[in-house]
Amino acid sequence: MILLSGNSSGGGVASKDGASGAPSARESVAARVLVIDDEPQMRKLVRIALASSGYRVIEAASGQEGITQASLYTPDVVVLDLGLPDMDGVDVVKAIREWSAVPILVISARGNEEGKVKVLDEGADDYVTKPFGAPELLARIRVALRHSALVARDAAMTTSVVNIGPDITIDLAKRLVMRKGEEIHLTPIEYKLLVTLVKQAGMVITHRHLLEQVWGPGNSERVEYLRVYMTQLRSKLEEQPAQPRYLRTELGIGYRLKID
Amino acid sequence: MTSRRPDPDELLERVRAVEEEAARGKLTIFFGAAPGVGKTYTMLEAARTEVSDGHRDVVIGVVETHGRYDTGSLIIGLELLPRRVYEHRAIKLEELDLDGALRRKPGLILVDELAHTNAPGGRHTKRWQDVEELLNAGIDVFTTLNVQHLESLNDVVAQITGVVVRETVPDSVFDKAYEVRVVDLPVDELLERLREGKVYVPAQAAHAVQNFFKEGNLIALRELALRRTAERVEAKMRVYKAVHGIDESWHTGERVLVCVSPSPSSARLIRAARRMATSLHAELLGLYVETPASIRMSNADRERLAQHMRLVESLDGEPITVRAENAALETVQYARKRNVTKIVVGKPTHPRWRDIIRPSFLDDIVRHSPEIDVYVISGLREDRATKAAGALGRVAGSEEREPLAAGDAGEPRHGRLAPFAYGAMVVTTATAISWVSFGRTELADIVMIHLLGVVIVAMRFGYAPSIFAAVLSVLAVDFVFVPPYLSFAVSDLRHLATFAVMFVVAVVISHLTRRIREQADSARRRERRTAGLYAISRGLGLAKSREELLETAARHLREALGANIAIFLGSREEGSLAAAIPEVAFADPDTVSQEKDGGVIEWVWNNQRPAGIGTDTLPSSRALVVPLKGSKGRVGVLAIYPTTSSAAFSSNAAAPGEDHASLRLGDPDDRQLLETLTGLVGSAIERTQLAEEARRARLRAETEHLRNALLSSVSHDLRTPLGVITGATSALLEDGPASEGRAGVTDETMRRELLQTAHDEAQRLTRLVRNLLDMTRLEAGALKIKKVPESVEEIVGSALARTADRLRGRDVELDVPSDLVVPCDPALIEQVLINLLENATKYSPPKSPIAIRAKRQRAAPMAGSPPKPDQVEIAVSDRGPGVAAKDRERIFDKFYRANEGEGGGVGLGLTICRGIISAHGGTIEVDAADPAREASGATFRIRLPLSNPNAAGDRP
Repeated sequence: MILLSGNSSGGGVASKDGASGAPSARESVAARVLVIDDEPQMRKLVRIALASSGYRVIEAASGQEGITQASLYTPDVVVLDLGLPDMDGVDVVKAIREWSAVPILVISARGNEEGKVKVLDEGADDYVTKPFGAPELLARIRVALRHSALVARDAAMTTSVVNIGPDITIDLAKRLVMRKGEEIHLTPIEYKLLVTLVKQAGMVITHRHLLEQVWGPGNSERVEYLRVYMTQLRSKLEEQPAQPRYLRTELGIGYRLKID
Repeated sequence: MTSRRPDPDELLERVRAVEEEAARGKLTIFFGAAPGVGKTYTMLEAARTEVSDGHRDVVIGVVETHGRYDTGSLIIGLELLPRRVYEHRAIKLEELDLDGALRRKPGLILVDELAHTNAPGGRHTKRWQDVEELLNAGIDVFTTLNVQHLESLNDVVAQITGVVVRETVPDSVFDKAYEVRVVDLPVDELLERLREGKVYVPAQAAHAVQNFFKEGNLIALRELALRRTAERVEAKMRVYKAVHGIDESWHTGERVLVCVSPSPSSARLIRAARRMATSLHAELLGLYVETPASIRMSNADRERLAQHMRLVESLDGEPITVRAENAALETVQYARKRNVTKIVVGKPTHPRWRDIIRPSFLDDIVRHSPEIDVYVISGLREDRATKAAGALGRVAGSEEREPLAAGDAGEPRHGRLAPFAYGAMVVTTATAISWVSFGRTELADIVMIHLLGVVIVAMRFGYAPSIFAAVLSVLAVDFVFVPPYLSFAVSDLRHLATFAVMFVVAVVISHLTRRIREQADSARRRERRTAGLYAISRGLGLAKSREELLETAARHLREALGANIAIFLGSREEGSLAAAIPEVAFADPDTVSQEKDGGVIEWVWNNQRPAGIGTDTLPSSRALVVPLKGSKGRVGVLAIYPTTSSAAFSSNAAAPGEDHASLRLGDPDDRQLLETLTGLVGSAIERTQLAEEARRARLRAETEHLRNALLSSVSHDLRTPLGVITGATSALLEDGPASEGRAGVTDETMRRELLQTAHDEAQRLTRLVRNLLDMTRLEAGALKIKKVPESVEEIVGSALARTADRLRGRDVELDVPSDLVVPCDPALIEQVLINLLENATKYSPPKSPIAIRAKRQRAAPMAGSPPKPDQVEIAVSDRGPGVAAKDRERIFDKFYRANEGEGGGVGLGLTICRGIISAHGGTIEVDAADPAREASGATFRIRLPLSNPNAAGDRP
């Protein structure tokens, strides 16, 4: 299970329990965002959008420079364009993940599902597809930051109650799921699936990760299991299971729990 | 004659001729009456003048100085082209190196002795053919010619001098020459030179020369040469007048028709007719009427007939062969059809009494042609020479030949004598029956029975045995039944009359029977040929591809000609001189060898005339090569390789027998067959080439159309949003924070509106670029379908989420079973759904509902085909105006938009949908949402196959 745990010194994959003290006081100090993109126009757009929202922006024009910047400035979020001229985005993610668990948000062109899955499996946390709007990018960065914070907080808290939208509440400590005040009965696998999604709420989780987390290693190809349970979960949680509001499908990649 | 204006077509023809003349090299002939007048000398002098005055590039191809000093000295200083050496039966022969000359390509080349016959192995048999080729290559030629070598004067010269000259040059070469310079020498001086030994005389011809150089002869030859030159000048004059519209003596409208026959005297007749035609400025037609009787012509006759036809051709006449029952009638009819004014026939040579039995050819012609002059010309002179060969001269093949030609077409030969033996047997049987039945009493019945025997023999064994049987019958009746018995003596003279009548009746019966048989044979032969031609044209018509066509053509040609076949096809790049040498398109095994046949094939391709075995050009080739022509020009070349079984290939027609599978070029029948076949094959090949061309042209036009459509729509669809974005953003930029006094866009709602517009247009641009990219990937085949089982519900849900903005305010009616899983590339199917949803919002009123329904379907079972897998149908319906029935297929075409101008878009969305769905092996179609009502909205139905559900890893 990938959980982001601040400046953990271990490998890219750290256990939830391995989370340690992340730089605190994120709310007071402006978060640093490293933007790795070879196109100046794109960097400019991202810089303006981020700066206007109060982030500090570090720019890198190539993969190699990005890796260096990431090690120098320890950014809070990395925004990485997959189409870099000097090296494959996957290799950038791998390089950063060797020493850092910083949330990585990948920007990719449409129609490159395979590439996205690969980079997500290698440790990237989320993706946006070009062309995207500034609000979408900001929302994803917020999710990533919140998630880091959540992970950091998680270490300290013994119980946790997560609200998904106005209706649904999950009490992780009590293993209780409530919808409009009523308890929803979930099977153990359904619950495990939901919790996995909740732990990285707002971020995409690949099929492979979900399968390994819920069913254990060796089941990473059984996408049809996932689909069946996801259908059941939706029918229990969603008002319109065919047009899900929370349990969103990322076709060909995985699922995302969208929290309003 | 009225002052008729020159016919424009004719003028055009002349202009074209003049233009062609300009591109061709100019031929100058140094024309003399006899050897020794100094032609070569004059030619060399003229050439030196060309070099010194005209600064021409002059090369000597071949010049025979015959070791004379004054002539030889003229050669010094002129470039000599090396001669080509041919070895023939251990004799080295030096000839003009035609290829060398063509390579050297001088401005002017000297080629002595135009009438010379080339050594075997050269490209052409005659030197004048080499010269033609040089002229065609645009090289000017100087050459020499003696009057006795002119084809039309050949026999006259022979008459005058008694020396038959074998080497002749067609008159057309002489008439077409740019210039003819007569090299004239008074007879006395020539004789003087001869005495001084200045005239080259080959040792072996000394005697002939003695006869030749008689004063009388020389005077006559000189006159002949001058007169022929004068005629030529006159002809030039007429052409000049025609071109310049000087019309006093325009076109006499005369036409001379000469009746050609296999008879040796016919050649003389043809030459006489040529001279007559020349003096009348008339066209010459050479007609041969093929009657059923002529089918039995001997090979020698066939060959002679072919020679005569070639003679007509070489004398600038038009050789014509027609088939008819009655030669005389047909001749007259044909003459009328062609407005012939004079018919030339040979003098009859058969005994007078024959005319009483049967009207003669000559009589018939004279009687049936009141308005046409008939010229009767003696054929005796040459007959005398050839009679020894045993051939009888007859005109136009109208009369029977060689009564002993047994063994008919279509019947196996059982030895030459067998039919006669059978004939004798039949007569013996008849005699025996008569003896048993009637004894010696009823002579009339006995005669009848014998006549019956003759009929049987005639029917069964042919003409000669039946005549033999007739004679035998008469003898038998005399011997057995007429007193004194068992003796050939006749006691009663009345019996002689009986015998005579019996013989005549028997002969007539034999003759008639033979005629019927011949007609039947002829019909059968033609029938077979027709059937063969029908089969080939049918086969060619049925052939679908070019390969199949060639295969079919080759098979039929192989059968019809009894030879191996190779077909070479040229490219259709007409107009360029350097059209590629045709390449092997089809060949029977072990036939073509490029290095051996390349030359002849190239020659035929470039000259469009047959060459190879049996022709005058490259006769030593291994194959007969004929051009394949279509209606629009050359198509290719057909090479016919005789197999060992079809040795009767050469024009000498030496092979006996009636082997139908063999081809004789000399035979008009076979030549015609070959022409018909090549014509059929040529036009069939041309047809496929044209079809191919048309297809390519269509493709080009389509591509062009698509490109234009793309350009126009893309430029429009790119420019509009870009314009809007630029406009909106520049308005926002202008609007500084403190824009006093200006009507800026300070209003916050206006700012928002502008931003919204810019944003919407950017979205539109995005969609356009996305579609273009998708299309490109689809077309480039870069789209790889990676099928994984995916829930339809999830795909639909995802597509709806992605189009949520555009669907705002609409009800989306969903009927998608949650357990429906289909193997597909989910991202691509989502794209299809997005495109369909965008279309639905674009073409239906705002806020009208949209429905998506999905279901599993059993594929309609089709008889005979394996059961198809079940399929999943996803239907997207809107409540718009729907798609008109006529557009329902075309709407999926690239850049096609049912209603131009409505909404935006380039007309690619649905094309992409179809591309993606087809790549999945599915279908997409559109129809009315409610089949009962046309305008009830559009429903797009996608059907995706559920390939083997067990194999797809579909277990929960």
